[in-house]
Amino acid sequence: MKKVKIATYNLNLWFGKNHVLKNINMQIEENKVTAIIGPSGCGKSTFLRCLNRMNDLIEDTRIEGKVLLDGENIYGNKMDVVSLRKRVGMVFQKSNPFPKSIFENVAYGLRIHGEKNKKKLRERVEQSLRDAALWDEVKDRLDKSAMGLSGGQQQRLCIARALAIQPEVVLMDEPASALDPTATNKIEELIQKLKEKYTIVIVTHNMQQAARISDYTAFLLMGELIEFQPTAKLFTNPENKKTEDYITGRFG
Amino acid sequence: MKKIKEKLGFTILGLATVVVLFILGVILYDISSKGISVISWEFLTQPPKAGMTKGGILPAIVGTLYVSLITVLFSVPLGICAAIYLNEYAKKSTLTRIIRVSIRNLAGVPSIVYGLFGVVLFVQMFKFGTCILSSGLTLGLLTLPWTITASEEALRSVPNSYREGALALGATKWQAIRTNVLPYALPGILTGTILGLARAAGETAPILFTGVAFFLPHLPGSIFSQFMALPYHLYILATQHPAIEKVRPLAYGTALVLILLVLSLNSVAIFIRYYLRRKRRG
Repeated sequence: MKKVKIATYNLNLWFGKNHVLKNINMQIEENKVTAIIGPSGCGKSTFLRCLNRMNDLIEDTRIEGKVLLDGENIYGNKMDVVSLRKRVGMVFQKSNPFPKSIFENVAYGLRIHGEKNKKKLRERVEQSLRDAALWDEVKDRLDKSAMGLSGGQQQRLCIARALAIQPEVVLMDEPASALDPTATNKIEELIQKLKEKYTIVIVTHNMQQAARISDYTAFLLMGELIEFQPTAKLFTNPENKKTEDYITGRFG
Repeated sequence: MKKIKEKLGFTILGLATVVVLFILGVILYDISSKGISVISWEFLTQPPKAGMTKGGILPAIVGTLYVSLITVLFSVPLGICAAIYLNEYAKKSTLTRIIRVSIRNLAGVPSIVYGLFGVVLFVQMFKFGTCILSSGLTLGLLTLPWTITASEEALRSVPNSYREGALALGATKWQAIRTNVLPYALPGILTGTILGLARAAGETAPILFTGVAFFLPHLPGSIFSQFMALPYHLYILATQHPAIEKVRPLAYGTALVLILLVLSLNSVAIFIRYYLRRKRRG
C-alpha cells in the first residue's frame, strides 16, 4: 500500500528576482528513498530546503504553492516551524558537528525540546548512534569532542543527531559528497537501513549513488522537474529526452 | 631589481615595527624605573597626606575600580544585546547599515564630547549629580561602541552551520543563539569588552565633569559619592599641583599603578580567550 508522505503542488520559489523553482509537483512516498538529481544550480538543494522551511532563513525569498506533509500544508498559517522541523530532520552537505562532546551533539535536539531525564537522554543517544551505525566506534569516548572524529564519522554523527529527535522524514543534502569511498559506502548502507523507519529524501549529484540507493528519482533542470519515476525506470528507460541526455552524460 | 624592491619593503616594514616597539619600551622603562621606588604598601593602602605630597593613592585606586564596575555593568549587557540584535535579528536594510556605521563612528568621537554629554544627561537631566554613577555611565557610553562592534565581530565569526544545524533540529531562533552561537562567540565578546574597559579605566575627560574629585580624604561611600580616580590624580600631580617637582615621584608611581591595572585587565582578556578557545577545541 502506497502512502504519500510529502506532496508539493505548483511549488514556486524566488530568491529576489531569480525564479529558482518552477511549478514543482511531486509526491514523495513514505518509507522510501527518493533521490533528487540534476546539474549544479538546478535548484535541488533549494527544493530540499523547502520541505522543512529552511529557506525561510534566507532573506528576500518568496514561495508560492503548497507543500503537504501528511496532508497538511507546511506553509499554512497553522503550521509551527519548530514542530515541523522536529518532524522533518535534515543532514547537511558539509557535516556540521557542534564543538561539543559526541554525547552532547546527539543530545542537543532532545535538550532543546526539554528532555531533562538523564536516563532517557542516555538511552536515546545510544539508540540514535546505533541507528546511525556509529555506536561501536564512539561508545568509549562519548565525552570527547566531536571535532576529533573523521569526516565520515562526523557525518554519521550528524545523522544520529537528526535521528535523536525521532523525525518522520530525513532530508539529506549531498551527505556523502565530501567523503571518501569507504565512508560513502557506510552512509549508503545506512540509508538503506533507515528507510525502514523513516522517509528519506536525498539530494545527490552522483547518479550512480542515486541509482544504487533510491526507490524513486526526480530529475531537476533549471528549476523544473523534468521527470519523476521509479529509479529503475528513470535510469533504464527515461521518458524525457533531457533526462536521457543527462544520465548518459551528454550534458551537466 | 625585483630583489632589491623585496628587500627594501622588508626593511621598511621591519623598521616600522622596531620604531613602535622602541617608543613603547622607552615609555614603559621611563615610568617603571622612576615609579617603582615610590610603590610601597603604604602607597597602595593610604590616602594622600600633607597636601598630596605624602601618603598613597588608595582612594584613586578604589575610585577607578568602582567606576569601572559601573561601566561594565552598564555597557556589557547592553552592548551584547545590541550586538545580538544587529547581527542575528536585524534585516539587511539601509537602516541597519546606517545604525552600524553610526556605531562605528561613535567609537571615534573624542572622549571630551562624551564627558560633556554625560554632564547634560546624567548629572543634570537625570539629576544623579557629580558622582561615581554619572561617571561610570558616561564611561559606559564611551565603551559601548567598542563592546557592540567587538561582540558583533565575535558573533559573525561563529559559522552559520551552527545556527542552521540547531534550527534544523527544531530549535527556536533564540534557543539556537543562546545554546549554539553565544557560547562560541563569548571569548571574542569578552576580549573586546575588556579591552574597551581597559581603555575606559585610563580616560580622564569623561569623568572630569561628571564626578571625579580633586582630593578626598576618605573612600567613596555610595555610588552617589564623588570619587578620586587614577588618571585624574595623575593629571593633577603632573600639572596642577603647586609643588610639582616634589610630587613628581608620586606621579610616576601613580602612572605605573595605572599602567599595571590596564595591563592586568588586558592579560585577563588574553587569558580568558586562551582558556575558552582551548575548551572549545575540547
